[in-house]
Amino acid sequence: MRIKWVPIICLSLCAVLVLSGSLFAQQKTIRVGAVYPLTGNIASTGLDCKRGAELAVDIINGKYDLNLPLAKTEGLPNLGGAKIELVFADTKGDPRNGMSEAERLVSQEKVVAMIGAYQSSVTKTASQATERLKIPYVCSDSSSPTLTERNFKYFFRVSPHDAGFARDQFQFLKDLEKKTGQKVSTVALLYENTEFGSNVGKAAAQYAKEFGYKVVADVSYAANATDVTSEVGALIKAKPDVLMHASYITDAILFTKTFKEMNFAPKGIMTFAGYIEPAYLPAVKADGDYIIVRSTFALDLAKGKPLVAQVNELFKKKYGIDMSENAARSFAAPFVLADAINRAKSTKSEDIVRALLATNIPGDQMIYPWKGIKFDPKSHQNIYARGTLVQILNEQYATVWPFDAAAKEVVWPFPPWKTRK
Amino acid sequence: MPEQLLQQIVNGLLIGFMYSLIAIGLTLIWGVMNIVNFAHGDFLMVGMFTSFWLYTLYGLDPLFSIPICTALLFVMGMLIYRFIVSKVMAGPMLAQLVVTFGVSIFISNLAVYLWTPDFRLIAKPLLSGTWNLGAVQLSIPKTVAAAGSIITSLAVFLFLKKTRTGKAILATEMDREAALLMGINTDRVNSLSFGMGAALVGIAGAFLSTYYYIYPQVGGLFGTIAFCIVALGGFGSISGAFIAGILVGLVQTLGGFFFDPAYKYAIVFMIYLVTVWIRPQGLLGW
Repeated sequence: MRIKWVPIICLSLCAVLVLSGSLFAQQKTIRVGAVYPLTGNIASTGLDCKRGAELAVDIINGKYDLNLPLAKTEGLPNLGGAKIELVFADTKGDPRNGMSEAERLVSQEKVVAMIGAYQSSVTKTASQATERLKIPYVCSDSSSPTLTERNFKYFFRVSPHDAGFARDQFQFLKDLEKKTGQKVSTVALLYENTEFGSNVGKAAAQYAKEFGYKVVADVSYAANATDVTSEVGALIKAKPDVLMHASYITDAILFTKTFKEMNFAPKGIMTFAGYIEPAYLPAVKADGDYIIVRSTFALDLAKGKPLVAQVNELFKKKYGIDMSENAARSFAAPFVLADAINRAKSTKSEDIVRALLATNIPGDQMIYPWKGIKFDPKSHQNIYARGTLVQILNEQYATVWPFDAAAKEVVWPFPPWKTRK
Repeated sequence: MPEQLLQQIVNGLLIGFMYSLIAIGLTLIWGVMNIVNFAHGDFLMVGMFTSFWLYTLYGLDPLFSIPICTALLFVMGMLIYRFIVSKVMAGPMLAQLVVTFGVSIFISNLAVYLWTPDFRLIAKPLLSGTWNLGAVQLSIPKTVAAAGSIITSLAVFLFLKKTRTGKAILATEMDREAALLMGINTDRVNSLSFGMGAALVGIAGAFLSTYYYIYPQVGGLFGTIAFCIVALGGFGSISGAFIAGILVGLVQTLGGFFFDPAYKYAIVFMIYLVTVWIRPQGLLGW
C-alpha cells in the first residue's frame, strides 16, 4: 500500500509544482513576439520600429502620467500587474524568414501574440503562420491593403492601409485644385515591385480613374536596383503633372538623386513610405525639400495634441533622437494588444481575439490624428485610421493636409531643380 | 525621342564603365585561382566606407582618398588570402566555395556592428552637378568615375601584358602547373592577384562613393551583377569583363527604355543565360 502511494504523491506534487509554476510565470510576464528586419537592406527601419515598440512596452510596464492606455498602472492590472515582454526575431526583410521566425517564436519561445513586421510582404507570410497556429497578430506598421482583405480570424491592423493613403493623395489633389485653382490632369505611377509597392500602384490606378485623373506612365522596378536612370527616363518621356511614388528607403534615396541629376520636376512629387524614413533626410538633405509624403504621424501634430510632445520627450531621452513616423506606427500595436489582454483577463488566443474585437480606444489616448481605434468585425482593419500628408520644407516634415490640421501652407508647384541651390 | 534614346545610351555607358571596374577585380581572382570571391561586393562596401570616413573625419574628398582606398584594400585582400583563403586552396571544392561566402557574411555584419545599418552619402563632394551637352544631361561624378574606370582598366591591362609580374600572373592563369615548372612562385602570384582584385574594387568603391549611397549591404546587387559580367565576358578575361560590363550597362538602360524598366535586370540575366548556353566560355574566354 505504502509503496504504491509514494510515486502517486510524488507525481501529483510534481504536477502541482509544474502547474503552479507555469501559472505563476504567466502572471509575471506575458511574452509577445516581435518580428522586424533587424539586419539586411532595411535594417535601419527595423531598428526604428523596434524602438517604437520597446518604448510602448516600457510605458505599459512602468508607471507614467500619460493619457495612454495602461500608462498609469504598472503592467496589466487585471492580470495581477503582469508585465509584457517583447521577444524580438530578425526577418532580414525576407518573407521566408518572417514565416519561419514567427513559427519559431510561437513553438519555442511560447509567445501568446505577435506584432511586426513592417514590410507588408513579410507581415503577409508571418501572419499566415500565426493564423495557422491560432495566435493573435496585431500589426500597426504594414500598409498593404491585401493584409486585411484576407479576413483572417487572428490578424488585426491598427494603422491605415495604402488604398486609403492612395485615396488621400487624390483627395488632396482635388482639394488643392479647389483651393489654389491650379489644374492637375495627369499622374505617373512609380512603384517598387513587391507586395507593398505593387498594391499601392494598383490602388492608385483605380483611384485615379475614380477621381478623373489620367495615368500617363505606370512604372515598376526592383527596390534594390543599382541604377534607375531608365525608370526616370520613362517618367520624363510621359511628362506627368504629378508623380506618385511608392518606395522603400534605398530606392527613395537613389530616385531623389536621379530626379535631380536628370532634372525631372513635375508639379508635385507625392510619395509613400521610403521618403519618411529617418535615414532619408540625412542622406539626401535639401534635395528632399518639397516632396510630399503620406504619413500617420508628424511631430508638429503636437500643436493640437500635447501627448505627442510628451511621448517624443520620452523617446528622445531613451534613444537620443526624435520619434520618426515608423517608430510612432510600431508604438501602437503593444498598447492595443496589452489593452485587449488586460480586458480578456487571459492569455488564451480566443479570449484575446474576442477582446480585440471589442477594442474601443478613444482618439485622445493616441498620438495619431484619428478618432480612435475600433476594428471592423470582418476585415479587422481599424475603421478610424486615416492618413495625413506632410511636405518636406527646410529639411523637416510639416503637416500640410488635411488643410484644417495643417501646420504649414503647402508649396505647389514643385520648384524646378535649377532654381534651387 | 532620339534625345531620350541618346540620354539612355549615355546613362548606360556611365553605369557600364563602373560595372566593368568592379568586375575586373573579380575576374582577375577567378581567373588566377579558380575561386569565386563571394566577398567581392563587400570589398566594394569597405572601399566606399573607407572613402566616406576619410571624408567625414578628415575632410578628404573621395577623389583624393583613392590611393588610400587602393592601398588599404590591397593589404586587406592579401591578408584575407594569406590567413583564410590559402588555407583551403588545397581543400575540397566546397570548402573553397564556402570560405569567401563566410568572409562576405563576416564583413557585412561587422560593418553593421561598427557603423550601424544607416545610409550615408558624401555630403559635398568636389564633383557634383551635371553638364548639359545639348539635350543630354551628363552627371559630372559619374563621368569622372567612368573616365577613372577606363584609365584603371587600361593600366591593369598594360601591367599584365608588359611587366614581368603581370606576365607571371597571366601564365599562372593559363596553366598553373606549367607556370610552377617555369619557376613562378604561384603562391605569391595568388596573394598578389587577390590583393590586386581587392584594390581594384577599392578604386571602384571610392569613385562610387562620390554619387552613390553607402550602407553595409550595398555590395549585394553590385556583386551579383559583377558575377554575371565575369561569366559573360569569359572567366579570367580582363578585356572580356571590360566589354561585358559596358554591355550590361547598356542593356540595362536600353532594355528599360524599349520595354518596361521592370524587366531590365531580367533582360541582363537572360543575355547571360543565352551566352552561357551558346558560348559557355564567355565572350572572350578561352
